[in-house]
Amino acid sequence: MAVKGIVEVREDWCKGCNICASVCPTKVLELDKVRAVMTVAHPEKCIGCKQCEMICPDFCIYVFTPEEYKEIASA
Amino acid sequence: MNVPFEKVLEKKESYFKYLRLDKLPTIWCPGCGIGQALKATCMALYDLGIDNDQVAMVSGIGCSSRTPGYFDGFTLHTTHGRALAFATGLKLFKPELTTIVFTGDGDCFAIGGNHFIHAARRNIDVTVVMINNWIYGMTHGQVSPTTPLGSQTTTTPGGNYEPNFDVAELAKAAGATYVARGTAYHVTELKKLIQDGIKHKGFSFIEVLSPCTIIYGRKNRMTFEEMYMWLKENTIPVKAWEKLPEEKRAGKLPRGVLYHDDSRPEYTEVYWNRVKQLSGGEK
Repeated sequence: MAVKGIVEVREDWCKGCNICASVCPTKVLELDKVRAVMTVAHPEKCIGCKQCEMICPDFCIYVFTPEEYKEIASA
Repeated sequence: MNVPFEKVLEKKESYFKYLRLDKLPTIWCPGCGIGQALKATCMALYDLGIDNDQVAMVSGIGCSSRTPGYFDGFTLHTTHGRALAFATGLKLFKPELTTIVFTGDGDCFAIGGNHFIHAARRNIDVTVVMINNWIYGMTHGQVSPTTPLGSQTTTTPGGNYEPNFDVAELAKAAGATYVARGTAYHVTELKKLIQDGIKHKGFSFIEVLSPCTIIYGRKNRMTFEEMYMWLKENTIPVKAWEKLPEEKRAGKLPRGVLYHDDSRPEYTEVYWNRVKQLSGGEK
């Protein structure tokens, strides 16, 4: 299945509240309980709905479409 | 992160221009809903195309009143409960500024209750974003005017026995001309409500239900997820609410635009017209 969204977490701003994981419909994100930051555990499951990006209280999750991501990574 | 943050900012251009990025991460506890309220406000400003130097953000004291610290624009952090008094003065002297007041339930309705009802009565063009987290978070959990009956707080160890305010009804009764209720869970909807509030000419009051995860949540044995799910399950869009029979309304809250009235004159205009009329000249 083609990837529909790519999730990036800015770890130095993340407080590990786990709310993004609780709203994710396909359970892409998982909490790293040792460091208390979110990790992208299953990137292949992302459907690009951006719910995690919208609800993140700390401005630290970003969801890109594959095209957007390619542009950023290559520049 | 695998990509440089500057590139992300370029791609996500949008609301990041209203944030002081060097001050992030925010001071609030993990899971606090004030972050979403700030985000929704920034997105609303971006959608309306208002520049950083056309906005003034005023706040009092409390968790929610830390917000101007992260906002890149004109900001004013004032004394406890007096945010609306300062905002009234600011708006009267600089009517061209979009004035947003960030305040909390204690700040707005306990110590600042008097300022609130009088600002609403005058119908001054100020947008109030009131973060309702049902508790005094910054001072570690005393009972506030909006704490629900039966809740545990530090000052009511056997459960709260004081009836609480319905703040939206209070705002409406005091004379606010735009009253809305959003939640920290429904961020896109909250953005729309704040956007309409900023556009509205007159006193706009937006109540944001925002979970106090660490203080209220721990005292009342609710996890972060449970608090957000509570918001999801117990708030109903206002159109569905109107159709709901009386017996099903118990324990639930309507969200959306609860009251909107464009007929009343706006205070700043009335004031400056009066000044012109009496002085016989320009402002």
